[in-house]
Amino acid sequence: MTELRLSHRPATARKALDVFVRAFSVLSAALGIFFLFWILWVVLQKGHTVLSWSFFTSAPPSPGEGVGGIKYALVGTLKMTGLACLMGVPVGLLTGVYLAEFGRHGAFASGVRFCVNLLMGIPSILVGLFAYTIIVLAAPRHYSGNAGAFALAIIMLPTVARTSEDMLLLVPDALRESALALGIPRWRVITGILFRAARKGLLTGVLLSVSRVSGETAPLLFTALNNNFYPKDLSQPTANLTVTIYNYAMSPYDNWQRVAWGASLVIMAFLLGVTLLLRFILKERHRS
Amino acid sequence: MTLRRLANLWKAQTSFRKTSAFHRSADRAFRLLTLLCAVSTLLLVGAILWNLVENAWPSITRFGLGFVTSSQWNPVKSQYGAASSIYGTLVSTAIALILALPISVAIALFLTSYAPPWLARIVGTCVELLAAIPSIIYGMWGLFVFAPYMQKTVQPMLAKLPGPLFDGAPLGVGMLTAGIILALMILPFLTAVMRDVFSMTPPVLLESAAGMGSTSWEVTRKIAIPYGLRGLIGATFLGLGRAIGETMAVTFVIGNSHRISTSLFAPGNTIASTLANEFNEADSPLLEAALIELGLILFVITLIIQILAHLWLRSLQKRQAR
Repeated sequence: MTELRLSHRPATARKALDVFVRAFSVLSAALGIFFLFWILWVVLQKGHTVLSWSFFTSAPPSPGEGVGGIKYALVGTLKMTGLACLMGVPVGLLTGVYLAEFGRHGAFASGVRFCVNLLMGIPSILVGLFAYTIIVLAAPRHYSGNAGAFALAIIMLPTVARTSEDMLLLVPDALRESALALGIPRWRVITGILFRAARKGLLTGVLLSVSRVSGETAPLLFTALNNNFYPKDLSQPTANLTVTIYNYAMSPYDNWQRVAWGASLVIMAFLLGVTLLLRFILKERHRS
Repeated sequence: MTLRRLANLWKAQTSFRKTSAFHRSADRAFRLLTLLCAVSTLLLVGAILWNLVENAWPSITRFGLGFVTSSQWNPVKSQYGAASSIYGTLVSTAIALILALPISVAIALFLTSYAPPWLARIVGTCVELLAAIPSIIYGMWGLFVFAPYMQKTVQPMLAKLPGPLFDGAPLGVGMLTAGIILALMILPFLTAVMRDVFSMTPPVLLESAAGMGSTSWEVTRKIAIPYGLRGLIGATFLGLGRAIGETMAVTFVIGNSHRISTSLFAPGNTIASTLANEFNEADSPLLEAALIELGLILFVITLIIQILAHLWLRSLQKRQAR
């Protein structure tokens, strides 16, 4: 225990320091808010000019003329995110089930938990590199939307696993025990009762992981690349929002840059919406 | 009559036995399935490490340890070294932490002890929303809006300071701008953890310190911070891990040059930005291997940070359990 030594400095100096710290903390808070609104304002101001219904339904523009639209990129992103969900969510969910229901305090479970944390902390560009070496390089070299979805799934997996475990652990053990006492088999207890009891939390985890991957660019750079054509299936390089933004923003064409800002606005609005929704859901849980 | 009853009983019994056998094997299958999924996370980490090593092998055998110490990056002569990327990664992360640590502590303080609850809720949400902005938007904002501002206003002011850190032409893009944007990106994560740590301090301690006549900064400095010091350090690990692999925002604003320079105004690169910038254009197998080795180095750095954070938090839990 550290002993609390009374300061021998005069009271005015101590009070001055206190006021200074208070001012610094107010200033820091103001700084954070200032930067948030600066960025939001810039994106809104530069992005809203291209926004219209046709922006969502048209083909990408040619360099230098017109704004066209982001339909292909939007569809590509949706398809890849959907496929990533199909791969990442079940594995993540079942990992969470293992950790919460079967492994719990065992040494193996804590090893798995460590690996899940590790996966969560791996920079997303390395996940892209991994997907490149394992799928794109599988001879002959072939970039595809599938590889992109695989990378996104790896990013989703740990988030889903962690939240699933946490949410299942919130379900009281009495519920498990009374269900088992009725003679219901374990797997039915988990899928029929625990999943239902933790429904909202599990959904939150999925939503959280979707919001995590929908702004990701780095894992798609070496896997899905980009494409100027409609993404009929994911076996080819696939158009997607974030890499489109990256390419267009770095291009010298004014109209492409405007499209990049417009697409940024779309993604940002989506992500802010999801984040506020998640906050709302979690708050509600807290209260009840 | 009795015969039929017996037959029914027998039927029920066998069907019970059958269904319970079915459920038992279903239980086993389900458990095995979850176990397989859990094992897949272990395999995934192993596979990532193995793949990176395997694909970086040509570069590892060719350059050996010199890869880490050489700052040469010359595709014409096929000479590659990681020093400038490692240096840039460490320096930009350091700038981000130096800026974000005090600010996040101050914001957490504001949220937990100075602001009235309604204001704390609004400010807290705003800071949290900083985490919802994707990296690429930070990058675009950084390149088109923030970097010109740095160039015209901030850097000329800093250039008047003595010392080699702020020498050179104010380009806008460069190590400093990248560091500031990284600081902004890790701010919400750091603030969230600091806030939790501060609110974990027992109110009795805070109140008794205040009762002895401490100012509220003294209460924080001498009670809340020492009490939560381990948690604060854990938060730093978290911020470090996030900043070190950040790719898109940094790629936009760091200037992408393979030169090591003492000036923070100078353009540089990080491991992640080099990968994002050059990997798709890598036309020789050796360059590709060298880039993958860069990725391997980044992976090892993150691995070390994670392991340290893990051990740190475990010792923390042990201490608390005591």
